[in-house]
Amino acid sequence: MAKILGGITTSHIPAVGNAIQNELYDDPYWKPFFDGYPKVHAWIAEHKPDYCINIYNDHGLGFFLDQMPTFAIGAAHEYRNEDEGWGLPSLDPFPGAPELSWHIIESMVADEFDITSCQELAVDHGFVVPMQLFWPGAPHHPDMPRTVPISANTVQHPIPTLKRALAFGRALRKALLSFPEDAKIVVLGTGGLSHQLDGQRAGFINKEFDQYCLDNIVHNPDELTKISRLELVEKAGAQGTEFLMWMMMRGALGDDVTEITRNYHIPISNTAAGTLLLECAA
Amino acid sequence: MDQPGFDVHIDIPGTTIFDGKQAMKGYALNKMCYEFNKAENREAFKADPEAWMEKYGLNEQQKQAIRDSDILAMIEAGGNIYYLAKLAGIFKLSVQDVGGMQTGRTTEEFKKFLKSQA
Ligand SMILES: [Fe+2]
Repeated sequence: MAKILGGITTSHIPAVGNAIQNELYDDPYWKPFFDGYPKVHAWIAEHKPDYCINIYNDHGLGFFLDQMPTFAIGAAHEYRNEDEGWGLPSLDPFPGAPELSWHIIESMVADEFDITSCQELAVDHGFVVPMQLFWPGAPHHPDMPRTVPISANTVQHPIPTLKRALAFGRALRKALLSFPEDAKIVVLGTGGLSHQLDGQRAGFINKEFDQYCLDNIVHNPDELTKISRLELVEKAGAQGTEFLMWMMMRGALGDDVTEITRNYHIPISNTAAGTLLLECAA
Repeated sequence: MDQPGFDVHIDIPGTTIFDGKQAMKGYALNKMCYEFNKAENREAFKADPEAWMEKYGLNEQQKQAIRDSDILAMIEAGGNIYYLAKLAGIFKLSVQDVGGMQTGRTTEEFKKFLKSQA
């Protein structure tokens, strides 16, 4: 049976892709951000996951408002990175794991989560930037795991509740643990932390709230389900709702986790950047 | 158009919740911006913005907001920032430029403001 090694979260700011391309690791602006990743690299090198579940939110590449799934699961052989409108160079496709995708879809729907299956899915910076951060050179890193993308809607309100996100993660855990292969799986949650791009409140960041979320998500994620969606917008900023991905990831890890590393830095672009690596009990 | 049964808004100053109400207003504008994912559509817009806006059926409020490069007015007209970001890309505006434009700051002032929250 498959095993869940742990979960890794990170912000997925588009500017990071550019910083990686220009190797700005020691640049004074970028260094405090990139310093958060060597421990993640060491952990990945030690554990070498076979599969990666990449929980992210699409920003208007894979989905438009014409058909907007609340929870979408990729079931493709590969996932193309495409132009998001800024003409940046696209990465090569990421290898999928459709047999794992369909196992998850079967299990989730049996568990009464009504998800959308996607046999073609273009993936944007929300998916790609974390892959580049965790597996430098992705998708050509020698230990690149095969992947299943899961996207949750944070574009169009109503968005899912924090409670539903955590429950989704718990159902995902059940699905992964029943996958009949001796495989090692890592779960990613991408996006956040506090930021807001739009309106007169653009540029809003909330360090105190982010710290509260970071502290509670490790051992007390249920506490965070008391936060309403609009309270999340108010306290984390309009795009800080991406914290839902962190909740989904957290649910997949089970109760017993150990914090391996965390990083938090303000600002990267408009965002309070956060990274967290949690290891599951063996 | 309204959603009286689901008017769940708490007032968050300077923040527009992109809900069904906004979606009903902004569909044409957001669709045009979504299709800027493709380089050929960006080029076509640049060549003749008026014709391109007409093709997508933008209303006068939306067209004027774009003529004025007024991001707040685009949001007021139903624009969603994720799609508007693609329009901003055509004008080579960074998210800090866009942040400054919406908050009455220069880009440098906006960057300082971000840093001040560390
Ligand atoms: Fe994002």
